[in-house]
Amino acid sequence: MNARVRYLIALVVLGLLITGPFLLTVALLLAEISQAEGQALGDLLLPRLPIGVMMTVLGFAIGVALLRGLFNQYVQGLLRMAELMRLMLGANRNFRVALEGPPEVQLLGKAINELAQQRDDLLSDVESQIRRANTSLEEEKNRLAALMSELTQSVVVCNLDGRILLYNNRARMQFRAFSQDAGGATGSGALLGLGRSIFSVFDRNLIAHALESLQTRLATADSQPSTHFVTATFAGQLIRVQVAPVLSATTGDGDQDAGDESSPRSIGGYVLMLDNITRAVESETKRDELLQNLTEGSRAALANIRAAVETLLEYPDIEPGQRVRFLRIIGDEVLIMGQRLDKTLESHADAMKARWPLEEMLGADLIAAAQRRIEGKFGLAVKIDELDADLWIKVDSFSLLQAISYLAGRLQEAFDIRLLRFRLVLAGRLAHLDMVWTGAAISTETLHGWESEPMNLSGENSPLTLRDIMDRHGGELWFKRESATQVAYFRLLIPAAARQDAVEPATLWRGESRPEYYDFDLFKRRDQDHALDDRRLTDLTYTVFDTETTGLQPSQGDEIIQFGAVRIVNGRMLRGESFEQLVDPRRKMSAESISIHGIRQKMVDGQPVIGKILPQFHRFCEDTVLVAHNASFDMRFLQLKEEATGIHFTQPVLDTLLLSAVIHPNQQSHKLELIAERLGIPIVGRHTALGDAIVTGEVYLRMIPLLNDMGIHTLGEALAAAQKTYYARVQY
Amino acid sequence: MSRTILIVDDEPNIVISLEFLMKREGFAVSVAVDGEEALRKIAEIQPDLVLLDIMMPKKSGFEVCQEIRANPAWASIKIVMLTAKGRDTEVQKGMALGADAYVTKPFSTKDLVAKVRSVLGLDNTA
Repeated sequence: MNARVRYLIALVVLGLLITGPFLLTVALLLAEISQAEGQALGDLLLPRLPIGVMMTVLGFAIGVALLRGLFNQYVQGLLRMAELMRLMLGANRNFRVALEGPPEVQLLGKAINELAQQRDDLLSDVESQIRRANTSLEEEKNRLAALMSELTQSVVVCNLDGRILLYNNRARMQFRAFSQDAGGATGSGALLGLGRSIFSVFDRNLIAHALESLQTRLATADSQPSTHFVTATFAGQLIRVQVAPVLSATTGDGDQDAGDESSPRSIGGYVLMLDNITRAVESETKRDELLQNLTEGSRAALANIRAAVETLLEYPDIEPGQRVRFLRIIGDEVLIMGQRLDKTLESHADAMKARWPLEEMLGADLIAAAQRRIEGKFGLAVKIDELDADLWIKVDSFSLLQAISYLAGRLQEAFDIRLLRFRLVLAGRLAHLDMVWTGAAISTETLHGWESEPMNLSGENSPLTLRDIMDRHGGELWFKRESATQVAYFRLLIPAAARQDAVEPATLWRGESRPEYYDFDLFKRRDQDHALDDRRLTDLTYTVFDTETTGLQPSQGDEIIQFGAVRIVNGRMLRGESFEQLVDPRRKMSAESISIHGIRQKMVDGQPVIGKILPQFHRFCEDTVLVAHNASFDMRFLQLKEEATGIHFTQPVLDTLLLSAVIHPNQQSHKLELIAERLGIPIVGRHTALGDAIVTGEVYLRMIPLLNDMGIHTLGEALAAAQKTYYARVQY
Repeated sequence: MSRTILIVDDEPNIVISLEFLMKREGFAVSVAVDGEEALRKIAEIQPDLVLLDIMMPKKSGFEVCQEIRANPAWASIKIVMLTAKGRDTEVQKGMALGADAYVTKPFSTKDLVAKVRSVLGLDNTA
């Protein structure tokens, strides 16, 4: 019941209370007494009635005033307070109830304020805890990503659908090598990307089989379940893949695979560790070949010799002519065997080397470590004379460092040298590591002693000798001195390693401060959850692309000359996973188009043709939604090539031009620059295909929340809305 | 009647010794330097025994061995295989393809002679 209605009722009740008892008394009196008595009473009362009425009205007025005050303070006041409390509950958390009105109401207000304070403290505590947890989680993720990128082994993490959610730099380089081997023109890294399917690289069955065996191992409570397989890439590279499961953290994920709940540890994904063993297998094969050459080759020669010798011994009566023939056989064969030995040794020198596990390291790192060690241990100044910065060596760094530092110590002890200088240069398959000093010569005996004694010198205690260590490296060590300059040096001959794949920082970071190598949110995603149309725009994986063309008339023979594309996964643009490629249009370009995109004839001549690039681009776009500005233009070019290349782009296409028209129907222009300006996106590098693709991607990312505000959440809704705009009816 | 031996090997240096040896043992000796020539000579002279090298140009010893065994008319021809490959697997293959004996290079001439004689069923009563 409304407060005001209750107020009116209360007034009526008050009026009745004030007049009621008097009127009732009068009525009772009139009913009881006789007519004469009534007349007397009337005469007595009637003249005094005005005073009574006045007193009654006065009493009523006082009563109303009292009621009004009470109503204002207790009813209206509490109502106001309730409104304020509602405000505190929602819109303005920091609001507090003003303390006014009677003490009871004030007490209530105070208690409310205290409650609100307590709630705020709790809330902000929870918030700060969440923030702290998020920060540390983010830190952990970044640390993991950083760690991964430092690993020398290729690591790829996938969810159960085979979608990649983490990879490291090594894997990226290795996969790029695969795609190049497979006939790719440039390093587009098309195979590896967040959210991409690992099955484009490895046979689905291989992985399925590996997972099966992991399941078995898990079931038998193997503490470290992992399995591996060896597979060959298209180009014949041999890859050894180790598979380890990523176990689900909790079993509380009730919405997914409810059937698996019974098993305590279910697999949520898996880690692939890749090793290119082609080289190892090659050297193994080489070793085999060598062994075979030596054994089987020698067997035949030995057989010839033995047969001849035994015949000579067995038949002393042999005639002189025959005897000479046999002797010649022996001479020939011995010669051949000698030559064969020389040849094998020469061509298999690497394989003959000791099988000590030598590791590849940057020469500069070894020298720097040696420098620190010698300066720290002996207080001997060390300088670096000459250093091949790109030189990789193949060494057992621990023992070699020991050897170097031992030599330095011995030198200081014997000749009191003050300064030691290093040189490290490449010489063919070997590296020269020189330790240079100025001073007296070392006698051969002294050096021999140093070489053959176990290395025991000021804390360097090793059962090995210098010679052992050089042998282990298949290396040599000698001393030389130029008497004119008194410059003396030890030369350590150590094996150099094949040049490493250089890391390209430019492609790694591309202006982003954090690596885009992981997206753990993909763990939660299951492909079969929804049909594409029902998927939320924020959950989809996109390829945003743009093309530059020789002109605007695809049907008149204009051609694509450049592709640029970038991927969006889980609402993040992955600039590191981009696709940029010039295409030879096989025709002359018009001057006016050159003025737009700045791509000259010379730049496209000799580039791959469209037939070569389209399959690569198709692979890059696999399983994604295409996004482009004025997409129908680009799609027209692609469609015209369908017949010739057999490549069909069947995935859904979103057009930022149409979406802009959906969001801002009253704007005159939907040019990319203007949209970007409207949405506050700075434009850099426009009119290269990749530059435009990136701008388009940024625009699209900002459009998603705007679309959501309009009630457009899913891909299907976005496509339908775009279809309805005016611009959609304009066709190329 | 003297037995005929066909020596099949592409290496002249072993052929000289083998030829000399077998002649001294009283066998009639014929020589072929590759697999194809070997098959021609077998058809021509029907030897009692073939000393067959495995690694040869044109046709390997394994192939020659197989073709000999595929022809029923040549069932009586004995085959002794000579090889520089000492692997068990190859010995097994040779025996499976129908060789009567298998000799790995380098061999002792005495053993070879003994093996040839035993395969021919001559024992040591030369």
